[in-house]
Amino acid sequence: MSSSRFIITVIGIDKVGIVAGITQIMAQYNVNIVDISQTIMDDLFTMIMLAQVKEENFDLAAFQQAMFGKGSELGVEVKVQHEDVFHFMHRI
Amino acid sequence: MMIHPEEILETIKMVSNENLDIRTVTMGINLRGCSHPDIDIFNKNIYNRIMYYAEDLVKTTDDIQNLYGIPIINKRISVTPIAIVAESCDATDFTSIAQTLDRAAEDAGVDFIGGFSALVQKGMTPGDLKLINSIPRALASTNKVCSSVNVATTKAGINMDAVALMGKIIKETAEMTKENSGIGCAKLVVFANAPDDNPFMAGAFHGIGEPDCVINVGVSGPGVVNSAVRALKDPTLGDISECIKKTAFKITRMGEVVGKEVARRLHVQFGVLDLSLAPTPAVGDSVAAILEAMGLESCGTHGTTAALALLNDAVKKGGAMASSSVGGLSGAFIPVSEDEGMIRAVQRGSLSLDKLEAMTSVCSVGLDMIAIPGDTPSSTISAIIADEMAIGMINKKTTAVRVIPAPGTKVGDMIEFGGLLGTAPVMPVHKFSSEKFISRGGRIPAPIQSLTN
Repeated sequence: MSSSRFIITVIGIDKVGIVAGITQIMAQYNVNIVDISQTIMDDLFTMIMLAQVKEENFDLAAFQQAMFGKGSELGVEVKVQHEDVFHFMHRI
Repeated sequence: MMIHPEEILETIKMVSNENLDIRTVTMGINLRGCSHPDIDIFNKNIYNRIMYYAEDLVKTTDDIQNLYGIPIINKRISVTPIAIVAESCDATDFTSIAQTLDRAAEDAGVDFIGGFSALVQKGMTPGDLKLINSIPRALASTNKVCSSVNVATTKAGINMDAVALMGKIIKETAEMTKENSGIGCAKLVVFANAPDDNPFMAGAFHGIGEPDCVINVGVSGPGVVNSAVRALKDPTLGDISECIKKTAFKITRMGEVVGKEVARRLHVQFGVLDLSLAPTPAVGDSVAAILEAMGLESCGTHGTTAALALLNDAVKKGGAMASSSVGGLSGAFIPVSEDEGMIRAVQRGSLSLDKLEAMTSVCSVGLDMIAIPGDTPSSTISAIIADEMAIGMINKKTTAVRVIPAPGTKVGDMIEFGGLLGTAPVMPVHKFSSEKFISRGGRIPAPIQSLTN
């Protein structure tokens, strides 16, 4: 794998505490935010983060579970995907 | 951020709203070292061989699915055509081999296993004949085994003895699985020019000339192409072709990253990426819907063949640009029972068997998942196969027939197969007999197109 950077997307109805809740989980798993953008598209709160993981034995499945759990608690949809899939699809 | 947010959201929308998925990761396994005269020892050999390679297949594909966030719907195994590796078995019936394959598929956790197959385009060996005669019992007594028989190639012509035999085998298979509307026939396909590296079922097998073990990936996405075409404002057909090409490019790239990573983690070779628009029963995930988006009132009307030719060609061009490993079938599939738009077209009377046959001359496969009345004579089924094989032979392309003569059904009945296999409306066949033509047997010689050396 070329890097362990992930694209994290959070989409849902805007409300107080989404960023706080999501980033708290990320901090717990030692996941660093490299870049972050946030916008409202079609009345939906949309946050996209580029996150980096430095640990060798990072447990992706556990992190995803925790993020999905927090997402459903907040009523938003959370996705954690390796950045390569986007590079391959949109860049030659 | 190097990737634009809009591009990220485009990818996510393709998966969440438009049913983009990796349809299958198929592991091809060579069984040539397993031959043995004693069928029990042979069965033990193939079981061990399959489990040796496929043990981690499902876990690895699940990990990759989570890593990239792209659903991988099926995990499958294809093996060397059993007629070849079982040729030296003394037994006359090969049903136990199919049952062994079924057990291996079950234990490996895969959805299907393909390769209960024979290649008989020029003639049949004793092993080929034993395998073909075992097909009805094999498919009736297994859940995950898929069978295919190649009866024609451009190089060899059409083996009409095998075509005649397959008409009978299909009828027998339907009869032996009549409790489930003849579902055995949904796992049996008759080919012309069968590809060696096709990851899709029911026709997957691990061809001669392939490595010991290989990963082939099938990517789908009619829903994505359908949405992209429908989003165009008053396009010319050139604009539509361009749009399909770009969409196919993106889908193919995604499939390649997944396939290569699966192969790398399993320490086996990456074979091909097969970008085939394989519809599912989900609304909008339909090849018929794409053709209708181009401006046809209903799939099957005049203009359908032209629209499908444009679609199939644009898919291939986009795919060929995106990956140097494009192979298998790569094009548009038109299985009737699996495509909600095709089913509707049949029901409203716009799509006939004859039109479907014409469509297969410009797309990647053939008459696929079509239910016909249960009392259709086997010679008529053979004649349907012969027509389709002729299209493949002359046009130097793969064609296939997967028809279900569902016992006890008549035209207009609906047959429920469930899951990805969908629902099939029983379609009429011609009433005039082909019996005499089929009973002549022999071979239709290789066409002039075969003389390329």
